[in-house]
Amino acid sequence: MAGITVDEKICKGCGLCANACPKKVISISEHRMNQNGYFIAEAVNPQNCIGCAFCAIMCPDCAIVVER
Amino acid sequence: MKVFQKTKMLTDAHLHYCPGCTHGIVHRLVAESIEELGLQEKSIGIAPVGCAVFAYDYFNCDMQEAAHGRAPAVATGIKRCLPDRLVFVYQGDGDLASIGMAETVHAAARGEKITIIFINNSIYGMTGGQMAPTTLIGQKATTCQNGRDPAVNGYPIRVCELLATLDAPYYIERVSTHDVKHVLAAKKAIKKALQFQAEGRGYTFVEVLVSCPTNWHMRPVDALRFMGEECTKTFPLGVFRDKSEGKQ
Ligand SMILES: Cc1ncc(C[n+]2csc(CCOP(=O)(O)OP(=O)(O)O)c2C)c(N)n1
Ligand code: SF4
Ligand code: SF4
Ligand code: SF4
Ligand SMILES: [Mg+2]
Repeated sequence: MAGITVDEKICKGCGLCANACPKKVISISEHRMNQNGYFIAEAVNPQNCIGCAFCAIMCPDCAIVVER
Repeated sequence: MKVFQKTKMLTDAHLHYCPGCTHGIVHRLVAESIEELGLQEKSIGIAPVGCAVFAYDYFNCDMQEAAHGRAPAVATGIKRCLPDRLVFVYQGDGDLASIGMAETVHAAARGEKITIIFINNSIYGMTGGQMAPTTLIGQKATTCQNGRDPAVNGYPIRVCELLATLDAPYYIERVSTHDVKHVLAAKKAIKKALQFQAEGRGYTFVEVLVSCPTNWHMRPVDALRFMGEECTKTFPLGVFRDKSEGKQ
């Protein structure tokens, strides 16, 4: 099963991953914040992930690991 | 099975760049390319003055900081003393095309066997958003608050095109980071440039269009759209020199 793991400590909530995901797996949380004060990226529809890694390719902070 | 994880050519340090700044993407592309070429132990990077000033903390190889704009001169010295090393330079548009334009042009004209990664974000990012030589016509900056006006501020400089008037450069390409397809193409260009250097072929230069959401006053996603729609008009993507394919 394909899936992603977001390193919440280094995520900056920029949204480039969510914007790149063709399956609308990712959304930026409206209430969960990390210790740097950034709202973090979350896999809200993990079952739809196809493991294409588009999200990770666009993440400027290498915060995403993709498994397939 | 992991199909994507951070390359070991980057350290564990957290990048200090603003959210959505694609400087980070380019760091990854350079690092992955070096790792894939198996040249980690042979690489020496030169960091600029600009937002990428801490690049020496991020690349997992020997790094040297240079004075503002002087990175190609520093790289020249290192490469001539240690010709078997892979010497790459990472510079912003203020660093490379304003204060460092002389070093840039002369290193290219001499055909130094180094690789320049040129980060074009159309602005001085680090110092708070002043106009750069690459600021687009009409684009706002703190030193052209109504938008760049050619009558007052002149026109943007297209560095790839300018360097392609010289005989020595072996490879010159302009790429972008505004979507997945273009990031993949950027990786190919960067890897090709580094490989050409490793093969001793000559001077290689890759200009990468990068976003500066903070000083463009845009959300990161909107900044990518702006790059795709506007920056690529002033700075057309493509190969300007590739001697391996006979493109002079
Ligand atoms: C000799 C000198 N002059 C001016 C400066 C101020 N300064 C620091 S970074 C910079 C420009 C940075 O812009 P750029 O190279 O485009 O990098 P970016 O931050 O956009 O990535 C300037 C003018 C300096 N540090 N040293
Ligand atoms: S692209 Fe990276 S830093 Fe930006 S929101 Fe997604 S995981 Fe976080
Ligand atoms: S791997 Fe592909 S489908 Fe899965 S979250 Fe990332 S972009 Fe979306
Ligand atoms: S100021 Fe601009 S170039 Fe510098 S880190 Fe922030 S977004 Fe990136
Ligand atoms: Mg700049």
